[in-house]
Amino acid sequence: MSFLTIVYAFGFYGATALLVVGLVFKIRQYATTPAPLKIPTMPAPLTRQGVVLRMAREVMFFESLFKSNKWIWVFGVLFHAGLLLVVLRHLRYFTEPVWFWVVLIQPFGIYAGFAMVAGLAGLWARRILVDRVRYISSPSDHLMLALLSGIGVSGLMMKFVVHTDIIAVKAFFLGLLRFNIQPLPQDPALLLHLGLVLVLMIVFPYSKLLHAPGVFFSPSRNQVDDARDKRHLAPWAAELDAARDNAPATPAE
Amino acid sequence: MAKAPTFETPKYREDRANPVMVEGSMAHSQPFVAAPDHQTDLGFPGELVENWEEKAVEKLGDLLDKNKALRVYLDSCVKCGACTDKCHYYIGTGDPKNMPVARQDLLRSVYRRNFTLAGKLVPKLVGARDLDKNLLDDWYKYFHQCSQCRRCSVFCPYGIDTAEISMAARDIMDHIGVGQKYSNEIIAKVHKIGNNLGLPKPALIDTMEGLEEDVEEDTGVAVRFPVDEVGADVLLVTPSADFFAEPHVDGLIGYAKVFHQAGVKWTVSSYASEAANFAMFIGSYEQMHKVAARIRQAALDLGVKRVIFGECGHAWRVAYSFLNSLAGPWDFLDPRYPKPQHILEFTHDLIKNGGIKLDASANDDMVLTFHDSCNVARGSRMGDVEGGQFIIPREVIKASVNKFYDMDPSTTCEKTFCCGGGGGLLTDDLMELRVKGALPRMEALQAVVDNHGVTHMAAICAICKSQFAKVMPYYGFPMDMIVSVHQLVSNAIILGDNK
Repeated sequence: MSFLTIVYAFGFYGATALLVVGLVFKIRQYATTPAPLKIPTMPAPLTRQGVVLRMAREVMFFESLFKSNKWIWVFGVLFHAGLLLVVLRHLRYFTEPVWFWVVLIQPFGIYAGFAMVAGLAGLWARRILVDRVRYISSPSDHLMLALLSGIGVSGLMMKFVVHTDIIAVKAFFLGLLRFNIQPLPQDPALLLHLGLVLVLMIVFPYSKLLHAPGVFFSPSRNQVDDARDKRHLAPWAAELDAARDNAPATPAE
Repeated sequence: MAKAPTFETPKYREDRANPVMVEGSMAHSQPFVAAPDHQTDLGFPGELVENWEEKAVEKLGDLLDKNKALRVYLDSCVKCGACTDKCHYYIGTGDPKNMPVARQDLLRSVYRRNFTLAGKLVPKLVGARDLDKNLLDDWYKYFHQCSQCRRCSVFCPYGIDTAEISMAARDIMDHIGVGQKYSNEIIAKVHKIGNNLGLPKPALIDTMEGLEEDVEEDTGVAVRFPVDEVGADVLLVTPSADFFAEPHVDGLIGYAKVFHQAGVKWTVSSYASEAANFAMFIGSYEQMHKVAARIRQAALDLGVKRVIFGECGHAWRVAYSFLNSLAGPWDFLDPRYPKPQHILEFTHDLIKNGGIKLDASANDDMVLTFHDSCNVARGSRMGDVEGGQFIIPREVIKASVNKFYDMDPSTTCEKTFCCGGGGGLLTDDLMELRVKGALPRMEALQAVVDNHGVTHMAAICAICKSQFAKVMPYYGFPMDMIVSVHQLVSNAIILGDNK
């Protein structure tokens, strides 16, 4: 067993643990922090089902972004839809036998890699070329694009330029799942690809990638417009009412 | 006040797709700081406390635990740029710190530095900063260049609402002793006297009696303007500007005529003689709660069955979206009516069921357009369908006038532009900001004036009305071009026998 295989194997165990623990912590924090007031961005749905639909349109079609800016929308959709297909396609390296529908999307998944990188390139170009976006960008915003582009490009390299021993890669990951570590091929493109994925997994819960769980907890998008019908009260705010109702009555004069 | 020639009214833009960026162009703009008295009246420290850096971070931590929106919004922004060209203050001033995301980042940088691992380990990399005097100055300046209109939240893919961020920032500043004079002085007046203007009961009664006389002289009909009438059915809570400012008071006359014609017994309260709740602007739940409690108390004391709000934008947001939380439960009111109700819902119902009759030809000397007020549009609803807040005012206007044209749809309904004076910024010390912030609305207005001969713009918000009356002359429009919606109703309503 080579040293690098050990590093990557334990790297993946560690990164997975950090990702899961970090995300569970943040999601629990979002879920348990009270929202003291009803603040849906109006017009908002009048029912819970309506809110589910609004949220679905938001996460599947980026509805608000579409209203805002068609360029960001196009690049954003290219990247996210591409990434989704690519991730699903990668399930083939973690399943044996490969699931039927994963086989079906395989041809699309390959081109999705190009869509993903093209979307990232578009977003990056905006970050550099549009003065407003340049102004609001921190180094970490560029690094995040570099990280994702690196993952995409190194992946495409392996597919189209310098092939790796994909059978061995699959054996490595199946081994990880079964706690039976198998040797990892030592191609530079593969090591770069997997190394960047490790970094991505680790920074996820500590970075702006939190927008992924965050959107579901956004009160302006997930609240029902029913403030007049149902009293909405945060536990800490209820204490103010108790003080009001127990105070000696103030005469109105 | 004379037109201060210290700034230029912005020109209508040729290229509306890309606002021109001018760094630092509004770095001189800030409202007067609250005097120690105005601070202590609200229970805030009188001046900047000694260990303010720590206290500010402590207060931020407190708000993060109490407000889901703040926590999620501070984490979720990806700096995509979708909001950057959406704020009327950025469009009007070009100052990049008026881009919603840049404004948020003034607070987000401190959040990251103190509450996130990345900000603690590699602050430079992720734009994390310690709160120092320079940054605090920027907070004071630029969180008072946000009218909390929520337009950016419409366009954000995560619904990040800069209003929530600027409310939190103002709350933190109040808690370290740096409040805004205009808002805090006004809130103290409400606590002491019952309204923003400091209008005491005798003056209120006098004003209302004067209106009774005026209307009777004008129409020959004895329309009542009751104050503190125990046993009235309806408590009308209206912005105190309605009692005397123009064109607000013409709206109040309109409400009175509608109540008269509908045969509904109503009253205003001298104890809760204010619909506005400026505590929303300073982001203080406790202060909002205290102001709203007066309305509850007045409704209980007067024994009313219904509470109806007059034309006021942020007041309607507080009433529609927050009042049940702040001052509920309202189980002592008549369950057959919304609690509370908007005067436009009330009038709209009467128009629909024939309870009042309107003669639209009474307004034939006017061609109307309608300005959706931001807090009504994006913070509330009217009626029982989604978007009723856009439909009902327009239907009431169209029933009252014959000639009506909407402005460019990218500037109306949920995409409406703020008048430029909302969010506690309607003060003379921010005149430059107010004039510049009105630019996108003025551009849209100019287009319907040119294309359709529009002569008047109706609004349903006391702040919008005051702001436009003051700012429109800078753009070459007469100040009386802004009218109340119920002023149109007032002109058109047929008083007397309903048959």
